[in-house]
Amino acid sequence: MVATPFTPLASLLGGALIGLSAVLLMWATGRIAGVSGIAARLFPPYEDRQFTGRLAFVAGLVVAPILVRLGTGGLPPQTIAVATPLLIVAGLLTGFGAVWGSGCTSGHGVCGLSRLSVRSLVATITFMATGVVTVFLMRHWS
Amino acid sequence: MAILVQFAIGLIFGLGLIVSGMSNPAKVLNFLDVGGIPAGTWDASLAFVMAGAVAVTFIGFSRVLKLARPVLADRFYVPTRKDIDPRIIAGPAIFGIGWGLAGFCPGPALTALGFGSASAFIFVVAMCAGMVLARVIANLPTSNIVAPADPLET
Repeated sequence: MVATPFTPLASLLGGALIGLSAVLLMWATGRIAGVSGIAARLFPPYEDRQFTGRLAFVAGLVVAPILVRLGTGGLPPQTIAVATPLLIVAGLLTGFGAVWGSGCTSGHGVCGLSRLSVRSLVATITFMATGVVTVFLMRHWS
Repeated sequence: MAILVQFAIGLIFGLGLIVSGMSNPAKVLNFLDVGGIPAGTWDASLAFVMAGAVAVTFIGFSRVLKLARPVLADRFYVPTRKDIDPRIIAGPAIFGIGWGLAGFCPGPALTALGFGSASAFIFVVAMCAGMVLARVIANLPTSNIVAPADPLET
């Protein structure tokens, strides 16, 4: 386990930027900034003609750290201390569950809660709960 | 033009993930680790990310949705479902397990790609496979375990 510092102000500010992005996407495209929904729709079957717009949004997500590195000369720490097999299992579960449950932390946790959606509240409580239980079992069950 | 706008909006989202510290899975895992509260290793930052994001989105959505239509689309595509079906529990339950195993959810995982992380790449490939699998299963005509519905509608 890697200790991380508590960063209330930076996290609040970063969260506000995420919120701003969600508001701007609704203003521009009329759609929810749910990253799992946007990413999943990059694959067939295609139901609408929003492919390039979605690809541009995802490209923005990927390019953001590259610009930060160019602008500031560095990036904040990133620790991924998970072995490859577990990483693959985690990825499969995360992708499957996000689509099966119609959203992830952004679609349900940010946009859904902001719209006072009962489905998103149920979803957010559920993934927080299983996330907490999973980390507890991984770290403290022996 | 529309492409550039959506790229910029994705950029702001990614910037938010980096500034908030959520591009680091260790921070996410330390938030989910309530067992670390007695030891003082619990990192409450994620709650502040959510608070900041929900506050801005709550106010912003209420204003934007008063407009006649979005700037680049014919209408707003806001989810309308209110029913609590088995999938709105099962999906997030599975998602939470994956999230707890690696500390990555879809947004931060994609942004982590730009850090040049090989682990993030492996995670994202597996995540996309999981997404495609869920859509395939959800659209199987013989699937009678769930009501047919758009699996992507929030």
